[in-house]
Amino acid sequence: MSAKTTALLRGARDTVPMLIGALPFGLIFGTLAVASGLSLPATLLMSALVFAGSAQFIAVSLIASGTGLVVLLLTTLIVNLRHMLYSASLMPHVRHLPQRWKIPLAFWLTDESFAVVHRHYLDPHPPKELKHWYYLGSCLAMYSNWFLCTLLGALLGNALPGLADWGLDFAMVATFTGIVVPLLRTRPMLLAAVVAGLVAVLAYDLPWKLGLMLAALAGVSAGVLAERWLAAQPAKEAINESV
Amino acid sequence: MSQFEIVLLLGMASITFAIRYTLFAVGDRVRFSPLVQQALGYVPVAVLTAIIVPAMLMPGGEGLELTPSNAYLVGGVVAVLIAAFSRNLLLTIFGSMLVFFLWRWWLFG
Repeated sequence: MSAKTTALLRGARDTVPMLIGALPFGLIFGTLAVASGLSLPATLLMSALVFAGSAQFIAVSLIASGTGLVVLLLTTLIVNLRHMLYSASLMPHVRHLPQRWKIPLAFWLTDESFAVVHRHYLDPHPPKELKHWYYLGSCLAMYSNWFLCTLLGALLGNALPGLADWGLDFAMVATFTGIVVPLLRTRPMLLAAVVAGLVAVLAYDLPWKLGLMLAALAGVSAGVLAERWLAAQPAKEAINESV
Repeated sequence: MSQFEIVLLLGMASITFAIRYTLFAVGDRVRFSPLVQQALGYVPVAVLTAIIVPAMLMPGGEGLELTPSNAYLVGGVVAVLIAAFSRNLLLTIFGSMLVFFLWRWWLFG
């Protein structure tokens, strides 16, 4: 087996926990999409062409409540804007690659693959020239898993109309919690999470999911300010640590 | 497929791809300032927390549900605890989903 294949398979293997989290999420998307009146081909094509779980989820719930096209597309823009920030984090690592690599790697960039791949790029041990193969492996695993789960969910949704009420969407909460909590190692990071969570709840009723972007912005600002403030006060920090 | 569906799919797909690809496309001509680099480090935590906290505290989408009958809150707290102590993603997902479904089953039969 070539070193490239090994890197590809390692990327897929390290993504397995994310696949398990995405599994019920994809199932419920397929189920809800059919229940909300989206046709089976449109449901499958959405997973194949858009490939953005939370945006697809929100779109389907908006379709069910009869929302128009413009608001649907604006919501997609706002909910997915975070991917631009992910691509900004990964950009220093992929900037040397040709466009034939960058296009698919950008298309397949999700929360889950970002979490796995970003960690891999920070690891100094694996050979640098193989890391995009690892990235590709993670993406292919997520993509095929997402498509199959959507298909299964749509078929199940047709067969078992009550499935949408089982609370399978908790899988998203469980997965994202498992990604976030281990990242809360410093006090600025913890503060960023607390502020983002608080603002998300307070601003929940704003239209077009604007509360999400506002919360993200507030969390990032709080983290940066706290980090700069701590860096400016090294002596005080040392005293606090020793108490 | 209806015309609405075709426009919706093409629109969502092109918006999402444009968001993901723009920076990769111009990547070799852009350098970020230290402030932006620092801010980017907080993005995943801030965005994901902003998605999960309302999902736990207000799963119905209509006000806070800070009661034991909110299985999303109970399961979410269990997920935070497992993740904090084990730092194991698979264990967090399985453990909290088990608690979530048992809790719902116990509540609603």
